[in-house]
Amino acid sequence: MAFDKTIADADAALEAAGIRDGMTILMGGFGLCGIPENLIAALKRRGTKDLTVVSNNAGVADFGIGVLLVTRQVRKMISSYVGENAVFEKQLLSGELEVELTPQGTLAEKLRAGGAGIPAFYTPTGVGTPIAEGKETRVFDSRPYLLERAIRGDVAFIKAHRGDRSGNLVYRRTARNFNPMMATAADFVIAEVEELVAVGALDAESVVTPSIYIDRILQGGGYEKRIEQRTNRPKSS
Amino acid sequence: MRSGLSKEQIVRRAARELQNGFYVNLGIGIPTLVANEIPAGMDIVLQSENGLLGIGPFPFEGDEDPDLINAGKQTITTLPGSVFFSSADSFAMIRGGHVDLTILGAMEVDRHGNLANWMIPGKMVKGMGGAMDLVAGAKRVIVTMQHCAKDGTPKLLDQCTLPLTGQRVVHRVISDYAVVDIDPERGFVLRETAPGFTQAEVQEITGAPLHVEGAVGVMAVD
Repeated sequence: MAFDKTIADADAALEAAGIRDGMTILMGGFGLCGIPENLIAALKRRGTKDLTVVSNNAGVADFGIGVLLVTRQVRKMISSYVGENAVFEKQLLSGELEVELTPQGTLAEKLRAGGAGIPAFYTPTGVGTPIAEGKETRVFDSRPYLLERAIRGDVAFIKAHRGDRSGNLVYRRTARNFNPMMATAADFVIAEVEELVAVGALDAESVVTPSIYIDRILQGGGYEKRIEQRTNRPKSS
Repeated sequence: MRSGLSKEQIVRRAARELQNGFYVNLGIGIPTLVANEIPAGMDIVLQSENGLLGIGPFPFEGDEDPDLINAGKQTITTLPGSVFFSSADSFAMIRGGHVDLTILGAMEVDRHGNLANWMIPGKMVKGMGGAMDLVAGAKRVIVTMQHCAKDGTPKLLDQCTLPLTGQRVVHRVISDYAVVDIDPERGFVLRETAPGFTQAEVQEITGAPLHVEGAVGVMAVD
């Protein structure tokens, strides 16, 4: 048996999640690849402020999370790389925006741990660097490790390629990235998909995110899927 | 001092570090170009930390897929046997010591093998991305870099001055003037010099003693 978790659109999903000022929102994606475009647009329309956004990157000035920076809805970003975003840089320097830079693998593991009931873990990443400041270090088998805390969100925005009405998800190529961990690590998880299918239509062996993690699922639309660095090889090679 | 190797020559020398059967992660910039110099007949699988084993060449115009990019956000393709996975799985591979080699750039490397390549105090910090995880986890860490800063000051130092990316992590540096190994006891060990340069000349532009054991070779750059 399976539940039907479909919801009409992204705006209704945000309402169902009870999104309000000051929340922590996890957003899947790497660069502009695999980002929840519909949910980000709905969050902009909703105008929710003082958000903490956990996402590997911060989008570009006019797309992805960047649009939420322009509207000053984000107070803090937890990311591994914030790249070339003029709006981001300006708000950071003026103190409007706070950023907590986290090594990419540590960020992924903090989310995995957050979804798996592990409050903290030791990692060799970052020992002896600025990110070790104020953190416990412990030696195992004569090698030092840092204690890192897990991350949990109030809400997670997930982008998958296909999903069934109960919330089982399949991703496409490198658009998977942070989505599967984030789907496990928030109190309320919304998935948007390019193709919503009937329960039973997905190959059970191929499901990456099982439905138990998903609270609402919606058919996305109008995907722009912008390319950040279009790189080609010449036809002759 | 007269100029050393070109970027292309550094890349070709770095490609000689590849070994058949290696799983390799190449950093953004000069290291990425090493992919173009994989010797014919050698099987190498390139890992992309955003969730792919088996990076293929750049796509032909019109074949780009926004769902298929490398860690530098460039459009790429796959190869037979390529496989996708999440960021958590990707960094489990990296942190867990399953990646044979990573090649990446640096601002500074010191004789202890400390690496600085992500922040300059007082400047906008863009983030470390996956670099801290890669240097902490890969079996072998090779740095490709310019031996000196633009003003001529050494970037191979007694002690890094910039905030670190990793502590005691670098195994080998390939620069425009030399190949230098880091030995946990002795520090820098000079292995090769660029064609036409002497050991003394390389020492002059290096911020810590270069030890020598046996013969110092000449960097092969073609």
